[in-house]
Amino acid sequence: MKILTLVRQVPDAEARVKISAQQVDLEGTTLVIDGMDEYGVEEALRLRESGAPVEEIVALAVGPKRVEDALRTALAMGVDRAIHVETDEKLDPIALSRVVAQIAGQEGAGLVLVGGQEADWDSQALGAATAERLGWPQLTWTNELKVEEGSLTGRHDVDDGNESFRAALPAVVTTQQGLNEPRYPTLPNIMKAKKKELRKETLDTYGVQPTVRVVNAEIQTRARLNRMIDGKDPQAAAAELLDLLRNEAKVLA
Amino acid sequence: MILIVAEHAGGKLAKSTLEMVTAARESGREGPVTVLVLGQGVAEVASAAAAVADQVLVADLPQLAQYSAEVWAAAAAQIAQEGEAHTVLIGGSRSGREYAPRVAVKLDAPYLEDAIRLSVSGSALQAQRYTYLARVTETVEAQAPVTVVTVKPGAFAPAAASGEAGEQYDVELELPTPRVEVTGRSVEKSSRVALTEADVIVSGGRGVGSPENFAAYVEGLADRIGAGVGATRAVVDAGWRPYAEQVGQTGKTVQPKAYVALGVSGAVQHLSGMGKSKFIVAINKDAEAPIFKVADYGIVGDVNQIVPALIEAARK
Ligand SMILES: Cc1cc2nc3c(=O)[nH]c(=O)nc-3n(C[C@H](O)[C@H](O)[C@H](O)COP(=O)(O)OP(=O)(O)OC[C@H]3O[C@@H](n4cnc5c(N)ncnc54)[C@H](O)[C@@H]3O)c2cc1C
Repeated sequence: MKILTLVRQVPDAEARVKISAQQVDLEGTTLVIDGMDEYGVEEALRLRESGAPVEEIVALAVGPKRVEDALRTALAMGVDRAIHVETDEKLDPIALSRVVAQIAGQEGAGLVLVGGQEADWDSQALGAATAERLGWPQLTWTNELKVEEGSLTGRHDVDDGNESFRAALPAVVTTQQGLNEPRYPTLPNIMKAKKKELRKETLDTYGVQPTVRVVNAEIQTRARLNRMIDGKDPQAAAAELLDLLRNEAKVLA
Repeated sequence: MILIVAEHAGGKLAKSTLEMVTAARESGREGPVTVLVLGQGVAEVASAAAAVADQVLVADLPQLAQYSAEVWAAAAAQIAQEGEAHTVLIGGSRSGREYAPRVAVKLDAPYLEDAIRLSVSGSALQAQRYTYLARVTETVEAQAPVTVVTVKPGAFAPAAASGEAGEQYDVELELPTPRVEVTGRSVEKSSRVALTEADVIVSGGRGVGSPENFAAYVEGLADRIGAGVGATRAVVDAGWRPYAEQVGQTGKTVQPKAYVALGVSGAVQHLSGMGKSKFIVAINKDAEAPIFKVADYGIVGDVNQIVPALIEAARK
């Protein structure tokens, strides 16, 4: 079986977000692999290491030139090769799923791994949209996964708890925190990764247009009171806090 | 028409459905507000929906006894097509955001995800949503004959029953056989005020030290002041608390009048779920903890000393 694992590049979680011309501006921001996608890369490697019938692991990224860095990270973690569909166009998840599904088809992938929630656009849509385009089942919020010949078992979170599942392959799985602990690329692996194939493609091949337009973006920060109370005398601190909550904030009776 | 796929649980219509009715009425989109009820034994859910909607379509079938992304997507897309809906509203729950993209692909429609506001601009539908861990509010728009939208829970006021009940109609559906087999289920129940409905939330992080301390401090204080209980992901992952209480990027988004964070570091993923609270209170022994940057009132101190004193003082 071939595994296709998607990697996106997002601002480091702690990085400040800037807006210019009413759009989020990533100029000068440190960008990293989306943590949720990293769980997907790690899981693909672990499935192979645990003896699942995995022939090849391919990482895919769609985005500008710089996205190469995220693919290099995935290669250094241990994926076999990478595909980069290079474009400056910002694709929403529904449009992006068209590219992912076409590549999954061409590659004959039996399992597609996608991060469960984007760390930048906060979307959870890509995995499901890709599954629908491929006509495959999907498992979202997966925190345990086992692959056997032709089938998939594991556990995932649902609205009111969690479920264990069984599904036939091919399938799309979306990953999340708790599934595994992604490994750090070692120096020898970083060196080896330089020799691995990183194939370039252009977006034209896939005939895809964005379906959603960002009209504007605003940072809304609320000024906070930042009133600090000394905790050395716990009784006095407690009394002062309650007084503020009752009489200043008026949130307690 | 505007098609709303009802969310319901335990035989009751969920508040999120009432919120979607408001979203539909405030959206500026024309046409009757139609609620689709999918499930088995849903008569009560359907009549509750009829009290707020113009009409209700009911599919009461054994194949719908259990939620499945593939089945729900097929049902919603089929009804949207037959009813020539121009707007399809789906709840922004885990399951809603799981099957809604499939509906969008089936209908070849754009998808506006996790909307907190809807409006019409020319012939486009505009939605506001939080992005970048809720630090940015974006307005996005889509222009198409039909648009699929998920509505963020808690963002709209629940619709109140109008004078006249909407008509109910039974619908026929052609449903696929789900290919995901559920082999086990574990349901989490929290006996407290639902987080999204609480005016005050007391929330605990790893700094409270243990599940026993969590009960004594976080639940203890919450009970004292009539608050809901929240938790960080670290606490949920450690198995101290159920996921239902997790606040943050991958948990719930809450917006209470006051959010009291005990032993919570204030990681961006946690802030993204509670940063819109009106007043934020933080108690943490580390003066440098990031939570203090967003706090209105902060106490630098040990929860083991401050919280018992707070519970004691609140008693007076
Ligand atoms: C993709 C992703 C999604 C995530 N989603 C979420 C999410 O939805 N919600 C969420 O909460 N997190 C989420 N996280 C995790 C997040 O990054 C943090 O790890 C987590 O919020 C930390 O929890 P904490 O504050 O309880 O623990 P810690 O970071 O361990 O902080 C404990 C705090 O307690 C203080 N403390 C210790 N002892 C005491 C004491 N005796 N008295 C007072 N203070 C004390 C410490 O100073 C410290 O600040 C996510 C992470 C990732 C990567």
